[in-house]
Amino acid sequence: MSGLLKAVLAIAGIMGVFGSCFALTTVIERKLLGRMQNRYGPNRVGPCGLLQPVADALKMLIKEDIVPHSADKLLHFLAPLLLTVPVWLSFAVLPFGRNLCAIDLDAGVLFFFAIGSATELAVFMAGWSSQNKYSLIGAMRAIAQMISYEVPLVLSTVPVIMLAGSLSLNAIVAAQGTATAGGLERWNAFTPWGLAGLLLFLIASTAETNRSPFDLPEGESEIIAGFLTEYSGFKYALFFLGEYLGMFALTALAVTLFLGGWHAPFAWLEWAPSWLWFAVKFASLIFVFIWVRATLPRLRLDQLLNFSWRFLVPLCLMNLIVAAAWCWTASWASPAAIPLRWLFCAALIALPGHGLAHVLRGQVPPPRQYHYAE
Amino acid sequence: MIAPSSSVEPAEAGLASQMLEVSLGPQHPSTHGVFRMDVTLEGETVVKLKPVFGYLHRNHEKIAENFSYLASMPYTDRLDYFCSLTNNWAYALSVEKLTGLAAPERAEYIRVILAELTRLVNHSALAGFLLQDMGALGTPLMYAFRERESILDLFESLTGSRMMCNYMRFGGCRCDLPPGWLEQARGLVARFPSFLDEFEALITNNEIVRARTEGVGVLPAKLAVNAGVTGPMLRASGVNYDIRKVDRYGIYGRMSFRVPLGGRGDVFDRYMVRILEMRESLKILDQALRDIPGGPIMDPKAKLRNLRPKPGEAYGRIEAPKGELGFYLISDGGPNPYRYRVRPPSLINLTILEDMCLGHTVADAVVILGSVDIVLGEVDR
Amino acid sequence: MNGAGIIKGMIETARNLAGSYYDPGRLTTVQYPEEKLPPVENARTIPFLVYDGADPMAGLRCTACTICEKECPPQCIYIVKDQVKKPDYLGKMQLQPKVFDIDISVCMSCGICAEVCPFDAIKMDQVFELSTDDRFGGLLFDKTKLAKPNDYFAKLHRTEAGETDARREDDKRKAEAAAAARAAAAKESALEGSAP
Repeated sequence: MSGLLKAVLAIAGIMGVFGSCFALTTVIERKLLGRMQNRYGPNRVGPCGLLQPVADALKMLIKEDIVPHSADKLLHFLAPLLLTVPVWLSFAVLPFGRNLCAIDLDAGVLFFFAIGSATELAVFMAGWSSQNKYSLIGAMRAIAQMISYEVPLVLSTVPVIMLAGSLSLNAIVAAQGTATAGGLERWNAFTPWGLAGLLLFLIASTAETNRSPFDLPEGESEIIAGFLTEYSGFKYALFFLGEYLGMFALTALAVTLFLGGWHAPFAWLEWAPSWLWFAVKFASLIFVFIWVRATLPRLRLDQLLNFSWRFLVPLCLMNLIVAAAWCWTASWASPAAIPLRWLFCAALIALPGHGLAHVLRGQVPPPRQYHYAE
Repeated sequence: MIAPSSSVEPAEAGLASQMLEVSLGPQHPSTHGVFRMDVTLEGETVVKLKPVFGYLHRNHEKIAENFSYLASMPYTDRLDYFCSLTNNWAYALSVEKLTGLAAPERAEYIRVILAELTRLVNHSALAGFLLQDMGALGTPLMYAFRERESILDLFESLTGSRMMCNYMRFGGCRCDLPPGWLEQARGLVARFPSFLDEFEALITNNEIVRARTEGVGVLPAKLAVNAGVTGPMLRASGVNYDIRKVDRYGIYGRMSFRVPLGGRGDVFDRYMVRILEMRESLKILDQALRDIPGGPIMDPKAKLRNLRPKPGEAYGRIEAPKGELGFYLISDGGPNPYRYRVRPPSLINLTILEDMCLGHTVADAVVILGSVDIVLGEVDR
Repeated sequence: MNGAGIIKGMIETARNLAGSYYDPGRLTTVQYPEEKLPPVENARTIPFLVYDGADPMAGLRCTACTICEKECPPQCIYIVKDQVKKPDYLGKMQLQPKVFDIDISVCMSCGICAEVCPFDAIKMDQVFELSTDDRFGGLLFDKTKLAKPNDYFAKLHRTEAGETDARREDDKRKAEAAAAARAAAAKESALEGSAP
């Protein structure tokens, strides 16, 4: 019985917290985007506009649900569900605090990525069932993007798994908990391979969740909304929800794998509640996502795919070698060991990175000269 | 760091592929108004592009034949509605050529100041819109509009209206500068370079912007000249043709400024030439605001009502922010013009759109259209 | 360095985000209708008719010369002259308008009517909250709705009203002086004529 009670509490807790997180994020994102653009965000509904999600939800609920006549009704109905349900499931393995993991699977990371990949099928179902050639092309582009970025996403987590020695997320977090001499915890991001892995993971997850600057599927696909064209009302809201929850899940995974999960940065700060640390790190990564969205324009599809296959994937493979180098040099004992090791490992990844960028840019045109006529 | 667009491979020979016709229809967030492009795609590449416009045709030229010369002046505001003062000036210039009126010196200085402020307004709005088309979610657009607002406030305090200014008259200007206007203008000109620096920090060296715009939509100089393209688009292709230097209308002959020229004629060059032109405009503004004399603002021979020019024809043109804006007037001695024709720079620049877009993808077509800088009020009149 | 441009752009955005909390130049929104921008003297929206004194219809400066009707580009003014004349500020008998309608949904705020009026009778107003739900007559303003006092004109356009008032005072004084001179000359000639 207690197992059932635990399950119900976990489900209610996760859905409650992340559901309200979704609502809050939509309004905070709009307000932050507004502030970065020298304007207020929504500030009319409720204090400081914080009840805006209620207004949005009501609007989505009362909109007419239009299904195209020739659409495949069953697939059209199932696609938003197939997008949202696996994402909710992936929250089950994430440890949000010291004893706050819903299910402690031995293959947590594997489960997470396996379940997360089901969303790509939902995107294709949405595009196919709409019986609209523009939706189909938009959906195919979206899938090309998502599949291309799955590879660096998974590869960037491989060093973490190798060095923690386990696929279980609780074990990975525990491995980042033992403090070093200076009181600094052993977050993976405090190592060169961890830092590089975090950056690669964040870039790949921006692309996985179709966020700027990789939001081609929702932005310009044949100038209509891509695979979302034929969806209105609550189904559109579910797609929206699925996208944001995917972003939350990947952010939570980044925090778990690279930023020490629910650990504090310093050992003497461990008295604060563990879920509070998790929330702080989570919120800062979400802020980075919003910040990037406000600043960068969109990449074109071929540039996007090139970026993934010809830059990110080789760098992820190099990251494995860097992780190995870090472990191999762990035996150095001189006082300047840490900076030297950092320098060595950073060079191991920065130089190939620079070379790859050079190759990717192709023919570098000479720097532009603008001459003036009098 | 990101590959340029030439890496798009053509469809393999022997693979039967269907051509897809898409209408980037009149209702669309990135076409700068009601403008339609019928593109024929093979895979992702554009093989044919037909621009369709006319959705905003308002019979401006026909209306002008039925009303007096003065009554057409507010309608010229609405041609290129971003740059109403330069439209006014071009029309006033052609009527002045037709009637032999001449504006006094103070009026000429005021005209130059307002025209260069209009150039700042237009180019900053264009840079913002170009980035908006690229998907930058409106951030550069908001910064550009923030600066534009201070210039529009200047226009409102002088002419009465932010955009539809209706300020130039045949033989001078409608009313004199209110007290404090010059100080406000000088303050704005002093503040503007720092905004340009911030704006450039956000955009010019951004790798994504460079990857989206370099090598895209190249317009060779010879083709540009043959097609009659004028304005920053022509200068970005390397052709040195600025009507302010060629005709030296108004008092531009006294102003010292340079004309920036691009090297490659792609979208990035067009954007960069406009930014550099904004800096040159600031120089002109400095000189004009410093040297403006006192005096009358209307030609004493000019009269508001019952203007009946002698029979004849005149073509007055200026360097509008978008290109060469010209008004061709034929008078038959009556109070209304016999023929009133606008040479719209946006329309003439648009004719070359297909040649620039062939071989690029649809996403590029939208960016190229943004760099041509069209305003549908002018294209359709 | 690769990626430097992106980093610079992000610093720019962050600076705007931080600046929007303390620098008014970085958050320029005026939250209408709670906050309103101060009115600008020269701004123009729709025309209005100026009247002197207390009675709108008797003090109306308009003499129905129909110059504004002819010059209006979208032809939104409709005037019908009244046969009954009334004296103007100089004492001369002038025509007046029986009907003076402006369709403000057609008016394009160009201000040409105000520019060409020889009697300073029609000037540009600054009201812009003109929406109405009466679609048949709500946007057709007649004489009574258009008439506004000279004090209102002075409040809106201080400089122009000052010049206009000064000019009208001047004209009145000159007219009175001329009338006094004519009266004196007439009295003298009457005296001369009567004296043998």
